[in-house]
Amino acid sequence: MTNGSATRALVVHCPDWPVTAAGVGPDEAAIVVRANRVLAASPAARQAGISTGLRRREAQKRCPQVAVIEHDPSRDARAFEPVAGALDGVTPRVEVSRPGTLAFATRGPARYFGGDEALAERTGWIAAEAVGRGVVARIGVADGAFAALLAAQRAHRQAVSTGRSAPMMIPVGASPAFLAGHPVEALAEVLDQPDLIDVWRRLGLRTLGLAAGLPVADVLARFGGGGVLAHRLASGLDPRPLDARRPAPDLAVSRELDPPADRVDRAAFVAKALADELHARLAADGLACIHVLVEAETEHGETLARHWRHEGALAAGALADRVRWQLDGWLTGSAIARPTAGISRLTLIPVEVVAARGRQLGFWGGETLIDERVLRAVARVQGTLGAHAVTVPEARGGRSPMDRVIRVPVAAVDLTSPRPEARPDAVTEPWPGRVPAPAPAEVWSDPEPVEVIDAQGRPVGVTGRAEVTAAPASLARSGHRPTQLTAWAGPWPVDERWWDATRHRRRARFQVVEANGTAHLLAVEAGRWWLEATYD
Amino acid sequence: MFDTGSVPVSAPDLAALRLLGDRVRPLAGAGERTLPVPEAFAGLLPQGGLQRGSTVATGGTAATSLALALVGPTTGTGSWVAVVGLPRLGLLAAAELGVDLERVLLVAEPEARAWPATVAALLDAVEVVLVRPPGPVDVSVQRRLQARARDRGSVLLQVGGDLGMWAQGPDVVVSAGASSWVGLGPGHGRLQARRVEVAVTGRRGADRPRQAQLWLPGADGTIAVAEPTRAPLREVG
Repeated sequence: MTNGSATRALVVHCPDWPVTAAGVGPDEAAIVVRANRVLAASPAARQAGISTGLRRREAQKRCPQVAVIEHDPSRDARAFEPVAGALDGVTPRVEVSRPGTLAFATRGPARYFGGDEALAERTGWIAAEAVGRGVVARIGVADGAFAALLAAQRAHRQAVSTGRSAPMMIPVGASPAFLAGHPVEALAEVLDQPDLIDVWRRLGLRTLGLAAGLPVADVLARFGGGGVLAHRLASGLDPRPLDARRPAPDLAVSRELDPPADRVDRAAFVAKALADELHARLAADGLACIHVLVEAETEHGETLARHWRHEGALAAGALADRVRWQLDGWLTGSAIARPTAGISRLTLIPVEVVAARGRQLGFWGGETLIDERVLRAVARVQGTLGAHAVTVPEARGGRSPMDRVIRVPVAAVDLTSPRPEARPDAVTEPWPGRVPAPAPAEVWSDPEPVEVIDAQGRPVGVTGRAEVTAAPASLARSGHRPTQLTAWAGPWPVDERWWDATRHRRRARFQVVEANGTAHLLAVEAGRWWLEATYD
Repeated sequence: MFDTGSVPVSAPDLAALRLLGDRVRPLAGAGERTLPVPEAFAGLLPQGGLQRGSTVATGGTAATSLALALVGPTTGTGSWVAVVGLPRLGLLAAAELGVDLERVLLVAEPEARAWPATVAALLDAVEVVLVRPPGPVDVSVQRRLQARARDRGSVLLQVGGDLGMWAQGPDVVVSAGASSWVGLGPGHGRLQARRVEVAVTGRRGADRPRQAQLWLPGADGTIAVAEPTRAPLREVG
């Protein structure tokens, strides 16, 4: 291998795995959403015009009967474990890149089975059997796992259009040419650097071939280590940075479980501690892990091992997630694959490490360490109170203070990325007739009926020409003595949704101040007064 | 050769330097264990901010606005604030009083049974938890929550409501006294600004009550100390 030219690799790729993992039948229309966007769609949903990245609402518009499933990475991984396990018979070095996609180097097994074609065919049978009927597993073979993944995806597209399913083989040395024609967005399959890809696209580097044509020194100077990684991938080179090395064996971390764990949550608890320990140990040496081997040993001496790889470095949380997914897959798997006893020892072995380039945390604000704690707390509260108990604000257009910021379930947003839509100034469209600032600090979601009385004790009304019949003098809330009003203004008529007979509302608003200095926002609708909000 | 003539050096912008100094100060310094508050409140609060690990309550006619104003700068520095219950909280007002809504978590009012655990979980993760207890809080529960807050350096802030719910009074009480609105007259105008008398009392280092007149908000939407000499503004309340 000279200068990291790519290792020949075979990729098994199950398109739209999250949908398969959710147990959706082949003919059902279903989508899996994350942060309100489509992550995966079943073939029936795709036929209805739903594509990845679409907003949930848009997807439901294109296919109203589509079933919407929330994304659950652990479900994906659990369902994928039998597939990875079945391929252990082909090669011991199966690496799961992510649930639904696995890769291994073909060098050994291809010689054993008699060439790449024979290996691909055999893998195809095994994978097809493991994933079950009605689910497809596509095979791609190329120089480098990235090219092989794109080959598998092309195999899928060909199978969909021609109905013939066959592995896609890219001849030795032809991977760069194969990659060159792909759009630069294909990098998003393996790299978590949307900004970089976006910049490249806007710079006119629309295909991987154009990106690969840049001198590597210039890429390094302009885009740093992440850019070089993307450049290597685009050039069909091994993505592994040149400084990837085998770590010293004593970096492995291991823990005895006594008593042995037969439940996932207990094992996962230990896994979390181990992942933290490994991460801290590597970080102390300035290293980060890109490829980890998770080994579990049961009381009866069974060992179960799985390789996990991630092109970006695996953070402690991501590492712990992978261990948990894998244990989940074993302990809740089919009766044959399940270990016969509880797990008594858990070991994490960093197989490949790179120099940690680190993540620059925000200095003031932005990305801070607190965020991970917040996510955990959100999960805990959701666990006890239900998924819809936690909401976050989101700004909307509207006239009344209660319409302008609404609460959306936290499950529908991605807390880790910036959410400018949370800020009211995100709404730039004018809303004539909206209640001017300052906004009331207490808004009634269910307005309280009140009485507004004039100086003579008669109820105050508003005429059709938006004039008060008399000056409001006091406010009577049920259960309270009427209070004097020292100031008032209105009526400010609001005629909303006059085009919609069922949601049409015609109201007039007032601001009033009570003698004790408390101000309220009142509304009168069809002759009745409501307390909408208080300037508390 | 060695020209000692004056080299023009622009006078350092002291205010900017001080601000920078404040920001790069070590975070764990003994006296700095406070969360920032609007400048108008700095002179009122015992430590010049919300002391981490303490319990604070707001009360009076502007209890909600006071609480929102107090936590605004905390969200501005990228820290999170959680609200438990308080279904009537005006989020638009929160944004106007300086709260970055991107850093706010809203938790629906839990059952009384689940309330302590929910608040405790949030005290673990965010800097300030805004609450209004649904019922009386046990001594043991309160001790546990206070210990959690102290441990994590977070602040438990009660927004209005009955202070008698707690077995033990909060460390600091920020209450609004007489308030008056400006801009609204009999039959004309609109609410523009509010002048509030804010009093701070408390147990720890704040036994001497401190008072000030604040604009909450002022006519330009900001929070400011009102001039002690009463400006010739038309009082409406």
